[in-house]
Amino acid sequence: MKASAFSYARATSVVNAIELLAEHGDRAKVLSGGQSLMPAMNLRLISPELIVDIGDLTELRGIAVTGDRLRIGALTRHVDLLNSADVAKHAPLISEAITHVAHAAIRNRGTIGGSLAHADPAAELPASMVALKATIIVEGPAGERQIAAEDFFTGIYETALEVDELLVAVEVPVAQRNSAHYFSEFARRHGDYGIVGLAAQAVVDGDILTDLRLAYFSVGDRPVLAMAATKLLNVAVTPAVLLEASETLGEELDPQEDQQASVSMRRHLAKVLLARCVATLLGRPELSAGEVL
Amino acid sequence: MIPAVSISLQVNGERIEAHVLPRLNLADFLREHLKLTGTHVGCEHGVCGACTVRVNGDIVRSCLMLAAQTNGASIETIEGLSDSGEISDLQAAFRERNALQCGFCTPGMLVTAQDLLLQEAEPDRERIREHLSGNYCRCTGYQAIVDAVASTARARTGRGA
Ligand SMILES: Cc1cc2nc3c(=O)[nH]c(=O)nc-3n(C[C@H](O)[C@H](O)[C@H](O)COP(=O)(O)OP(=O)(O)OC[C@H]3O[C@@H](n4cnc5c(N)ncnc54)[C@H](O)[C@@H]3O)c2cc1C
Ligand code: FES
Ligand code: FES
Repeated sequence: MKASAFSYARATSVVNAIELLAEHGDRAKVLSGGQSLMPAMNLRLISPELIVDIGDLTELRGIAVTGDRLRIGALTRHVDLLNSADVAKHAPLISEAITHVAHAAIRNRGTIGGSLAHADPAAELPASMVALKATIIVEGPAGERQIAAEDFFTGIYETALEVDELLVAVEVPVAQRNSAHYFSEFARRHGDYGIVGLAAQAVVDGDILTDLRLAYFSVGDRPVLAMAATKLLNVAVTPAVLLEASETLGEELDPQEDQQASVSMRRHLAKVLLARCVATLLGRPELSAGEVL
Repeated sequence: MIPAVSISLQVNGERIEAHVLPRLNLADFLREHLKLTGTHVGCEHGVCGACTVRVNGDIVRSCLMLAAQTNGASIETIEGLSDSGEISDLQAAFRERNALQCGFCTPGMLVTAQDLLLQEAEPDRERIREHLSGNYCRCTGYQAIVDAVASTARARTGRGA
């Protein structure tokens, strides 16, 4: 299908974009890479009256390291994340996650700001931001707000963004010497949205996990930070310890059922990912050998 | 009345000035305004890849881009890639290997495969499949398409077809 009619404005600055959004409220929509907005408009799931194209705002583009923070502008495309040496060095979780996002032609236009603002519960980047303890930076008529990624995602396609606010950047703490990460998802085909996925960021001290953030996606209405991680901290991880964490995970997750998977299948896959994650982070393949589910 | 947007762009090396309605997507602009019907339109929501074109050197879905967004851009369609001879070897390999039947997916497949071959001289079958994973073919079963891309890669690096 074709999108219904709308007016088009090319924003000339961040301030100009915010003015347009403030003036038109929820009748307006920001256009970034268009890789989620355009499908929704072509399918007439949404019919905005005004499109505010932020594509010319070069100040929103780019990746920079300042001190112990990596800052990524909202208009930075998926392909730019994929090819960035700074991202690979300072936030390798993102470099790995992005390879699972869509296909080359879509990664050439889709942006990190669009992906986070869109807040698809099956998307890779929102969960990665939660795992990384990212701060999401938004700007509105009253100025800038900094929102922890954990508080930013509030439901299916819902975020803490107000209608007159623009997501301008995201900041993540740079990886430390003993930081480790894990990313994996089950998907029908490479590039599809995951059926269940896990983005994890950890600190490993010898053979002990001293910090572990397990952000699951596609198991709820937003990225889910699993509390089961606490069971694995500062202990020697034995199969029994892992089993207990796995049971806790099964109890805390409340996944949805859809055409792709049942509730119990999602729970099972989440546990498989937990075992693989811990085995990978600790370099102990025997932990994911199969029994510990 | 919704005002038209003026755009000035290059399509296959030719300068184009146009006034377009905001809702017009690039695929329809190419097909209906410029009569470049090699760019095919299948799903109109980014899933099938039949509408893939190059914008400023990058492959994109032309159904997911507004014509209004192409101001100042340089677009290359399958017509441009064919006429310049850039992909004549790839096209020949598609013919020889039966990598097309109805041909609906073929323009998008060629544009996407050429994108991979420009980035990597020797992609293995796994990489070829991955790069083409966003392009649907309902006829061939993909094997022949992967064969054609792989043999073109071999021929281009002088390792024989
Ligand atoms: C076939 C296909 C497969 C895909 N597969 C995946 C996948 O596996 N995983 C995945 O994560 N994604 C996938 N995507 C989506 C893709 O990653 C999009 O690029 C991304 O979700 C949205 O980014 P965008 O820049 O294109 O945003 P747009 O489509 O431009 O915008 C999306 C939404 O965010 C709002 N928005 C955009 N930017 C801002 C901003 N700066 N401030 C405030 N609001 C803003 C828009 O108003 C809109 O509501 C797929 C898309 C397609 C077409
Ligand atoms: S028509 Fe554009 S991807 Fe299918
Ligand atoms: S040849 Fe018919 S869809 Fe590919």
